[in-house]
Amino acid sequence: MNIAVLLSMVPDLVEELEIAPSGVALDTQWLRYLLSESDDHALEQALLLKERYGGKVTALALDRGEAEEALYTALARGADEAVKLTGIPEEGWGKRAAAAVVGAVLKESAPDLILTGVQAIDDMDGHMAGALAGILGLPFVGVTRSVDAPGAGKVLVQKEYPGGMAAEIEVDLPAVIGVLSAPQPPRYVPVARIREARKTRTISEREAPSVAAPEGLVIRRLFKPEPAERAEMLDGTPEEMARQIVTILENRGLVR
Amino acid sequence: MSTSGQDVWVYVEHLKGEVLGHTYELLGKGREVAGALGGRLVAVLAGSAVQPLASTLGVADSVLCIEDAGLAEFTPEGHGAVLRALAEKDPPRLMLFGATSAGMDLAALTSATMGIPLVVNCKEIGIEDDRVVVTSQMCGGKLLGEVETGGNMVALTVLPGAFPSQKGLSDRAPTVQNLPSPVPLEGVRTRVTRLLEPEAGDVDITRAPVLIAVGRGIQRQDNLPLAEELAGLLGGAVCASRPVIDQGWLPLTRQVGKSGMVVKPKFYLALGISGASEHVEGMKDSELTIAVNSDPRAPIFDVADYGVAADMFDVLPILTEELRARKPSAP
Amino acid sequence: MSPSGILLLWIVSLVALGLFAFRVRYLLGLLRLGRGENRLGGVGRRLAAVAWEVLGQRRLLREPAGVLHFGIFWGFVVYASAFIFSLFKGLLPFLPYPMPEEIGPVALALEVFGVVVLAGIGGAAFRRYLLRPPRLEQSRDAGVILLLIGSLMVTSLLSSGFHVVATGHASFLWNPVGTGLASLMVGGGLAPSAASSLQLTMWWLHMVLVLGFLAYLPYSKHLHLLASSFSVFLTDLSPRGRLRTADADGGGPDPLNARNFTWRELLNPFACAECGRCDRVCPAQTSGAALSPQKMVHHIKEHLLEAGPYLLRGTPRNGHYPELVGGVVSADELWACTTCYACMERCPVMNEHIPLIVRMRRYLVTRGEVDARLQDALTATSRYGNSFGQSPKTRARWTQGLEVPVKDVRREQAQYLWFVGDYASFDPAAREATRAAARVLHRAGVSFGILYDGEQTSGNDIRRVGEEGLFEMLAEKNIATMQKCRFDEIITTDPHAYNTLKNEYPEFGGTWPVVHYTELFDRLIDAERLRPARRLGLRATYHDPCYLGRYNGIYEAPRRVLRALGADLVEMPRNRLNAYCCGAGGGRIWMEEAAGVKERPAERRVREAAVLNGVGTLVVTCPKEITMFRDAVKTTGHEEGLMIKDLAELVEEATTPEVSGHA
Repeated sequence: MNIAVLLSMVPDLVEELEIAPSGVALDTQWLRYLLSESDDHALEQALLLKERYGGKVTALALDRGEAEEALYTALARGADEAVKLTGIPEEGWGKRAAAAVVGAVLKESAPDLILTGVQAIDDMDGHMAGALAGILGLPFVGVTRSVDAPGAGKVLVQKEYPGGMAAEIEVDLPAVIGVLSAPQPPRYVPVARIREARKTRTISEREAPSVAAPEGLVIRRLFKPEPAERAEMLDGTPEEMARQIVTILENRGLVR
Repeated sequence: MSTSGQDVWVYVEHLKGEVLGHTYELLGKGREVAGALGGRLVAVLAGSAVQPLASTLGVADSVLCIEDAGLAEFTPEGHGAVLRALAEKDPPRLMLFGATSAGMDLAALTSATMGIPLVVNCKEIGIEDDRVVVTSQMCGGKLLGEVETGGNMVALTVLPGAFPSQKGLSDRAPTVQNLPSPVPLEGVRTRVTRLLEPEAGDVDITRAPVLIAVGRGIQRQDNLPLAEELAGLLGGAVCASRPVIDQGWLPLTRQVGKSGMVVKPKFYLALGISGASEHVEGMKDSELTIAVNSDPRAPIFDVADYGVAADMFDVLPILTEELRARKPSAP
Repeated sequence: MSPSGILLLWIVSLVALGLFAFRVRYLLGLLRLGRGENRLGGVGRRLAAVAWEVLGQRRLLREPAGVLHFGIFWGFVVYASAFIFSLFKGLLPFLPYPMPEEIGPVALALEVFGVVVLAGIGGAAFRRYLLRPPRLEQSRDAGVILLLIGSLMVTSLLSSGFHVVATGHASFLWNPVGTGLASLMVGGGLAPSAASSLQLTMWWLHMVLVLGFLAYLPYSKHLHLLASSFSVFLTDLSPRGRLRTADADGGGPDPLNARNFTWRELLNPFACAECGRCDRVCPAQTSGAALSPQKMVHHIKEHLLEAGPYLLRGTPRNGHYPELVGGVVSADELWACTTCYACMERCPVMNEHIPLIVRMRRYLVTRGEVDARLQDALTATSRYGNSFGQSPKTRARWTQGLEVPVKDVRREQAQYLWFVGDYASFDPAAREATRAAARVLHRAGVSFGILYDGEQTSGNDIRRVGEEGLFEMLAEKNIATMQKCRFDEIITTDPHAYNTLKNEYPEFGGTWPVVHYTELFDRLIDAERLRPARRLGLRATYHDPCYLGRYNGIYEAPRRVLRALGADLVEMPRNRLNAYCCGAGGGRIWMEEAAGVKERPAERRVREAAVLNGVGTLVVTCPKEITMFRDAVKTTGHEEGLMIKDLAELVEEATTPEVSGHA
């Protein structure tokens, strides 16, 4: 089975986000990127499938932020190939435009299974996995917690629902799966292994094909939320705040 | 401009014969937006033997009820195909989905297959001179984007808890339009083989009158007894957000949120929980919510009734001490 | 002795020696499976170690039971020497010397040591079988050896008695025991002729027992008799705080085996006498965690003996023997270690447990088998250069609002480059101590600067967790940053950073002098640049951080500072090199509580301090300890009675001029 995993880089929230002077984008000068959490899980899921059933895992990433680091890490973790899509504008694209570009690439390579995170923290105009499936006309299930491939030509996924429920769904291949989490957390890969991958492995580069940008949205402004839009904030020392909580509970009859 | 092009559609989510609460939030807001646009509010109800559910959707001007054995269980592909066929025949202006497991799948797929714009995780929807303007929440609530949507048709996913559900409830009997599936569903390439129930056993947090919820801020498993002691004093139970469950510190049955439980306790104390939408989805209907988080900008303060911007470990021991002297009243 | 007797002795001797040589050759073959490691430099220091530790039995004598071993050991030496002469005389009767026991002083020595050893054995048997101290392995080997040595002494002493009866040469001077026994024998009606043949029987019995013992020795736990001298001689002479680099630590599909260790590491299990001293001082073992250093070493030995034949033949594992890591040594054991060095400090045969543990941890890390919290810490460290997962830009946030200026040593020259470290920078409680240290340095007019966001965690504990590649990356980055700065010495408040900067960074090109703040404060007080303005009227005890004390021998500087401040210093029972670890080291602070822990090390330590008469303050000199002990006083209910104070806070308090006074 040929598995393609799409890795997206998203803003690292450890750093304070700054809005660019234009007011409609993040200030990339101060931005650090890191691999989107659910993409990390998608990669783990792909590697688990490969370990269990064999096959080939190709990691793809749009050339943004620390994509190269993410791709070498993917190779160190067990991916067979890594592809970097270059020619990305500095401010990046929205999810729909990115999906159009990646879709064009994946249409050519036609993997059996495309895995990517079901969501990313910088999603605004869509979610990558579903968008890719729509563009490629492939079957799609998102929000999965496990993907298994017990039979030929299909995968068996578990999709999570509210209330701890889940559905087991059989999906014909080729397909796109939007991964929420892998059955086990993404494995740790020691730094020595990543350094070795940097020395011995290569990342192939590919110019991103040009596709018509989807229209329909205008970002008016990006802004940070005012603290506490709803809650009444309690003030004072920890002691005072704790006592206020007790008073609230008393008033509600939750304590005497 | 034809009135049909100004309609607002709400995709009705249901599971095991019940409409999910979040759908009423969409209907409530949809009612308001449809009024502003001068269009109708249409609830799209797809499934098998779902007609009885239509009676709860009275806020809508009409309910499109599509019944087919092939729609019995949700698949993005099957439900998406139906939605697309309906929308192509009678295009709405706005399609509203929950930012939920089913809603986000369906919205992303529908947007791509129909080539219409999509804005996800909306927490505000407004109409300005016939333009739909929405606010999307990003980066775990640290960033908001105000977006103007052009085009004839737009899909939105809406954050659970963004709008009150009361406005979506009505005693009125809606006009129900029963339709067969507009597309054949035999060729669908995704098939639900079974539903998996949550693991049984442990504490049923959906029945606890008081919940002490812990998030990433709890830091270590050894800190859990601090929360348990408080829960004990208040006659409640400890629950958690996803990161804590993922660490294996508490069983899955204690998870509140998108893939966990939906809880409505009398009192919900959120400790060190930032308030990601996945979590808020499961606790937003609590009667009283107090949140303690060191980050004053944490989105949990948008759903909480009272907020304490402080380190939970500074407040928690004092609170426990204060309560130890008292006795909780019977729930 | 008759010719047939001589022939028999030859046969018995050759068989025994043959068995002995066969086994020793095999064991050497096992050691040769390991990688090369040079342990031959510094012969003088090595011989000194042998003199102290083997001949002087220094570490054994730290416990009262060591006296028994001392007696047995020296008795054994005397008897073994006499035996060699005896054996050669027996094998080659023409040799021109008498039997050893026929020489007066030698006979006396044999008799005296015979009694000493019997007393020692009696004591050992009493302790082992009646007192049954915990963590002393009850093995069959131990019983056999006590019986054997006892028999040797009894045969020897009886032989002396028979000799006196047979020859009639009574001498209370040279044969006090023999003469005494002889008078009993004669009283019992023993005839000289019968005594003569009984003496010969005893001699034979003695010979056969000793030769049997020789053959049995390398097959039993008493291999330590042979291996321990080598283990001590081949001790690691590099600084205690320096771990060896990883070379290629296996990983990949192959399970860890003897080939991944160095020969010296493989020697550890052979030298182990299973005395249990390591277990008794181990913070993991004594708090209930899975790790027992003694059992771990023993299990490696068992594994080596089981897997060895296959490895020597080059046969693939194929389930012939269990895997080492995850098989005979569990991951839980390995992660429980705090690398506090107590086991190695205590081990009488100078075994090196921590390098073994780190080697096996490296293997687990290579395979990605780390617990979730540790993984978070490692991921955060490789990404942000700190285990807190904070933005590097916030590293120097503790300087905000500080009353004194803190230079950026990357831009401005300073005498001291202050390497702050993660906990002192990011931990809220530790940060207060860091700020106090900055104010004290400023007060003393010390020129210092920090690296601000250019500093990354030193990597001491990253290395001990087994993430060697990450450690090297951190060391290289820090050294590259520091090489661009102008300063004379590095100062740090963090003993962990101190250890790796001082002992390990030189191997990566960072060869600056490093000083701990307690040393600098000591010097500053001595030079009267810091003048206590008042006496702190407090009764305090001091906890030695492992990486400051045991690893780097800094015991007195912090104590001198405390006394200079006027503190009444009371020692805990376990102090200086016996200090009990707080449980944070070796990366433990990043991990889940170890499975099975009943009472955390920090809690045990706090209780040890809390019972000291009138002591209200526990003084610490490590940023990690502030959080460890403040937590432990809460969980043990000593929050009221015992304050946790960093030395810097006390120095600041004592050197602050009275409001009405003068500077």
